[in-house]
Amino acid sequence: MKIHEYQGKTILAKFGVPVPRGEVVFTPAEAEAAAKTLGGGTVVVKAQIHAGGRGKGGGVKVVKGAAAAAEAASALLGMTLVTYQTGPEGRVVGRVLVEEGLAIARELYLGLVIDRATKQPVLMVSPDGGVEIEKVAEETPDRIFKVFIDPAVGLQPFQARQLAFSLGLAGPQVGQAVKLMTGVYNAFVATDASMVEINPLIVTGEGNLLALDAKVAFDDNALYRHADLKDLRDLSEEDPLEIDASKFSLNYIKLDGTIGCMVNGAGLAMATMDIIKLAGGEPANFLDVGGGANAEQIRNAFRILTSDAAVKAVFINIFGGILRCDVLAQGVIAAVTELGVNIPIVIRMEGTNVELGKQMLQESGLNFTTADTMGEGAERVVALAG
Amino acid sequence: MAVLIDKSTRLLVQGITGREGTFHAKQAQDYGTTVVGGVTPGKGGTTHEGWPVFNTVAEAVEKTGANASVVFVPPPGGADAVMEAADAGIPLVVCITEGIPTIDMMRAFAFLEGRQTRVIGPNCPGLITAGQAKAGIIPGHICTPGKVGIVSKSGTLTYEAIHQLTGLGLGQTTCIGIGGDPLIGTSFIDALTLFAADDETEAVVLIGEIGGSAEEDAAAFIKTSFTKPVVGFIAGQTAPAGRRMGHAGAIISGGKGTAAEKMAALSGAGVRVVKSPADIGRAVVESLKN
Repeated sequence: MKIHEYQGKTILAKFGVPVPRGEVVFTPAEAEAAAKTLGGGTVVVKAQIHAGGRGKGGGVKVVKGAAAAAEAASALLGMTLVTYQTGPEGRVVGRVLVEEGLAIARELYLGLVIDRATKQPVLMVSPDGGVEIEKVAEETPDRIFKVFIDPAVGLQPFQARQLAFSLGLAGPQVGQAVKLMTGVYNAFVATDASMVEINPLIVTGEGNLLALDAKVAFDDNALYRHADLKDLRDLSEEDPLEIDASKFSLNYIKLDGTIGCMVNGAGLAMATMDIIKLAGGEPANFLDVGGGANAEQIRNAFRILTSDAAVKAVFINIFGGILRCDVLAQGVIAAVTELGVNIPIVIRMEGTNVELGKQMLQESGLNFTTADTMGEGAERVVALAG
Repeated sequence: MAVLIDKSTRLLVQGITGREGTFHAKQAQDYGTTVVGGVTPGKGGTTHEGWPVFNTVAEAVEKTGANASVVFVPPPGGADAVMEAADAGIPLVVCITEGIPTIDMMRAFAFLEGRQTRVIGPNCPGLITAGQAKAGIIPGHICTPGKVGIVSKSGTLTYEAIHQLTGLGLGQTTCIGIGGDPLIGTSFIDALTLFAADDETEAVVLIGEIGGSAEEDAAAFIKTSFTKPVVGFIAGQTAPAGRRMGHAGAIISGGKGTAAEKMAALSGAGVRVVKSPADIGRAVVESLKN
């Protein structure tokens, strides 16, 4: 689960990570009041959306005085912000963060994730902050410094010092870095985060370390034990169909094509998208109905799939193994009848009673085409979608 | 021969009294697996569907001589169950549970350091040695004994591959679903190492998906250290960047972990990479001709 910058900063601050003074606001009047509280000097007004690249996209404004802060907030609130991470459709800005303006001496990078290979948290820093870290990793990988953290003892001060010296920090900054990095690690573990990224981590004009940005994401599997973090979810950042699907334990991601897909299992669902593309079509979605695929789920899956007006045909690819195909066919027939779906539906299914299932579909009088293999199914559905 | 499990496997089911645990324990037994009992804390001393139930894995091992365990424990207790099995000295733990927090598994893997336990999964379909034994949820009836090994990140896509092979008259040795989570106990390389040492396995199907770099690592290993023919498929060739495709590990981030990169790495290592999942079976037939 992703959260906003200001929410990430609030969490990090609780763990001793210094962040700028600031406040999230929803109206220009609130922005004006927030700027006044900060002393009426230079403030930064930052659009809060779940995507990076906001500065380049015009979502960050540096202004002087409370009136100018209100004006900047007025321009940002309600605007559709397009960045390299939002896609061309962009995101509508619903809230802005008003922060004190700070003199920046250096822009650094800090990131913490769990490394798949070593199965340990890896804390990464770079003296080249403020730019896309992927670019740094590709062009100058020697400018990224890492320490791997033993989960039994956590981040040790010597490791944080190593990183601090690699960043060229000196004097009291080293102690600040140790405290900041320890705070980031503790926040990561305490919240079951999947990622914490501070880019840029700055050295201020006065020589102090401070998190100027914060990108925090949580492990969805662990949310059950963090009731407080669940409240940070901003549904306006998510696709309404995807939210709807998640209520029924359906894993749905909307794409841009015309062929709706309903598949059991994530790998097979991705492979089904791939084979549609190879057959000359474009998948309209990723949809994993999970292992069980009961009648209720199938009905909701159909409802969500077909509410996307771009969908011209549906491909159902279910490899049940032990799932009974007659039961599946019954569920599909009931859903299609009830929802009045009239676009063509191609079904490929494997499991027990597969012949009986096919017979039921053929005798239903509905717009079904059956296929014996996924290759054949993909070709048929692409032809039917036109 | 085959790898990891066979007729000599004595399988323990952790979470045997749950719906999934019960169902798949029966399926495994029907397939010919020796299921020796189960563990459900608090229900020790009872019998469930004819199997003895124990409070702890240690007791179960002592009483039954279990040498493999399959975990169907719900996510909050999943990592704990894996550690308990390892602590009891079980050499093979197959964790089917989906949705275990990553930090829990990270700690469990740290706990496993220095112990002689191999973990398969979590969030995987488990494994099956055709005609002999199974631990997990791969349907037995689609398998037939033969000479092809399968290692895969995906569940149902593994079934698809098995089905194609069986349809073409090609049987399998062992099919291993390693799971789609970011942290897993058995990697492609681990599975390939096992297949390399298995005389019965003459070719291997490797099914990967977007995210991470396990497929690239496997490619490097194959190039230098694996001589049997390998057929590869990578799911997610059409997946957009930045979106998690079901499995927690299946995400293209920062331009890394794309299907194109993985396919190129595998091809470069001499793997016969198919673009279409429908071509896996035929490619294995071809690879065995040469």
